[in-house]
Amino acid sequence: MTQASPLTSTQTGVLVLLRLLIGWHFLYEGVIKLYSPGWTAKGYLLSATYLESFFHWLASESMISTIDTLNIAALLFVGAALILGFKTQLASLIGVGLLLLYYFAHPPFPGYPLGPAEGSYWIINKNLIEAAALLVVFLFPTSVSFGLERFFAKRTLSSQTH
Amino acid sequence: MATDKKLFAAFSRRDLLKSLAGVPILGAVWAAGIDTTKKSKLEKDFWLEKLNIKASAPPASGPMSGDPLRIGLIGFGIRGEQLMRALGFATQEWMESMAKSAQEDPKDKRLEDFLAQENLNVKLTAICDIFDVRAEKALRSFNTEANPCKRYENYLDLIHSGEVDAVIIATPDHWHAPMAQAAIEAGVHAYVEKPMTHTIEETYRLREAVRNHPGSILAVGHQHRQTLSFLTAQDAIAKNTLGHVSLVVTNTNRNDDNGAWQYEIHPEASPETIDWNAFLGTAPQVPFNAEHFFRWRKWWAYGSGLSGDLLTHDYDRVNCVLKMGIPKYVTASGGIYTHRDGRNVPDVMQVNMDFPDFSTGSSQEDGKEKGMTLVYSATLGNQFDRGTVLMGHDASMELGNILTIYADPRSTKYKDLIKEGRIDPQVPIYQYDPTAEGVDAVTSATAKYFANKGLLWTYRDGKRVDSTFLHIREWLSCIRNGGNPSCGIDEGFEEAITAHMAGLSYKIGRKIEWDPVAERIISLPGEDLDAILLENSVV
Repeated sequence: MTQASPLTSTQTGVLVLLRLLIGWHFLYEGVIKLYSPGWTAKGYLLSATYLESFFHWLASESMISTIDTLNIAALLFVGAALILGFKTQLASLIGVGLLLLYYFAHPPFPGYPLGPAEGSYWIINKNLIEAAALLVVFLFPTSVSFGLERFFAKRTLSSQTH
Repeated sequence: MATDKKLFAAFSRRDLLKSLAGVPILGAVWAAGIDTTKKSKLEKDFWLEKLNIKASAPPASGPMSGDPLRIGLIGFGIRGEQLMRALGFATQEWMESMAKSAQEDPKDKRLEDFLAQENLNVKLTAICDIFDVRAEKALRSFNTEANPCKRYENYLDLIHSGEVDAVIIATPDHWHAPMAQAAIEAGVHAYVEKPMTHTIEETYRLREAVRNHPGSILAVGHQHRQTLSFLTAQDAIAKNTLGHVSLVVTNTNRNDDNGAWQYEIHPEASPETIDWNAFLGTAPQVPFNAEHFFRWRKWWAYGSGLSGDLLTHDYDRVNCVLKMGIPKYVTASGGIYTHRDGRNVPDVMQVNMDFPDFSTGSSQEDGKEKGMTLVYSATLGNQFDRGTVLMGHDASMELGNILTIYADPRSTKYKDLIKEGRIDPQVPIYQYDPTAEGVDAVTSATAKYFANKGLLWTYRDGKRVDSTFLHIREWLSCIRNGGNPSCGIDEGFEEAITAHMAGLSYKIGRKIEWDPVAERIISLPGEDLDAILLENSVV
């Protein structure tokens, strides 16, 4: 299988690195939120500048605790999966979904309030770039080269050969 | 077994490494996350323990059980309508317009909030308004089979009708004290809008009446006493978090016609529909003037200008936290700079209230610090929000619905902690947000951004609550269950005297002095302070 890969080992290595970096980022965000009991996405959602009614609905009393739990669970899952190299394609898609939600709540569209940001953005910001990077991770799976899936792939490979 | 063996045979050490190398990375990131949150929690606990500020909301007022209280309303104008909604009575017109507004904008929850409001177990039995249109509007909505409500042409008839246990007074300022006094002396409880009185003399007379009739409960309409953060602010002061507070700044900034009291003049206003003499009372006798009737806040004859109308809110808010009482000296200045429309009350006004003997505490050697000035700064020509700040030697406190404390870079108390880098004077050392879960010792810039945008602070127990509702409820609870309103006669007395000193200083152009022993505003020989205060010539 690995022999069939059109990528050089350096190219694969860089893709693995990209996967690990994004996983690292997701996991750390998830862990921090998990261990900060007062954390809630309510403020972020209520201050949404685009699709306000949708984000306000997510922030409503009946929804917010579910949303907070789901957000933390998704961050942890995406982070762990990308780092461990297991279910990375599912994790990449969930990650893209999360990032697009963050992006559309406060999009850097021209004429929209920028809110708290550490840089200057016009239409494109780091959330969107990270989502695009996750698409690469989705389209070029590397967990067989580096990750738990190598273990299963090898097993399949060895059972197939006999 | 054989397959297993082959499996491991094909699986080299290198493969194992490549399969499981993610595990230690995961462990490291996870551990780093735990470590970071633990450190910030330790830092937060350290601060909460060090500052030891008790975060608490004002106690809830008592039950509304028993026979319904019979309420009479005097004055069904803009404020009167708001007070009636807080009491549970909205006009059909308001309900219809709110329903329409909610339909157009689903975020508009005013009707929903009103309908969800607790029933205060009262009947609105009497109404007195000297403008026929308003009185009839009230009757149309409130006089129902379940709630018979009668109109009285005269406030004295209403008070003495035997049909009311309590009255709510929302009239022009010059009627506040005479009506409140008549009610209290008749054994009827009274909720009177601010300022409590229009003249100095009335302030003493009303206090005397309340002292002589302890069975009648008087509350002054400073609803911000219900602000969630004020008890927490009091505790922060008591724990000497700020050190010696030498300056408090508070402001009014408005920039629209409504904010400058340019209210709409009703097209049906005429000498036939308005009892003009009843409006004037003891005010200078002038011919019928619809503008005077609807925009009375613009003239000293009926209103009290910025000092009575808006300074009173800010003064009372600070007095409720610091309990500093009446200032020793008041100096005021200002003018009519933004609405030169024939009014004679200022629309830009700066008032310095000096308390030379007051101190909130000190962190330095005895005797070095004493005295405080409260500055009220107002304009009706700009609406930049400047906030209320209590400025101490050791820290500054921003006083709003959210309470935020910043250490001062030159503080004595926090000197070592600033040196060690444990305090960044740019980052609050304490923040109380009554809507968030718990208290934050060190808050992020993002949290502050959200807080300042006012997004998180209109909720209580997950519900939006109107402070006027809480204030009226507190008054009703004192009537039913005993206790003293948070803004009763003593607080009202301090508020009214301070406002009158500010008005006097503005008019005379002199520093006005209070004699706390004789409880008198010091005047020059032969000077009639009330005459000066009421002087109504157009400038």
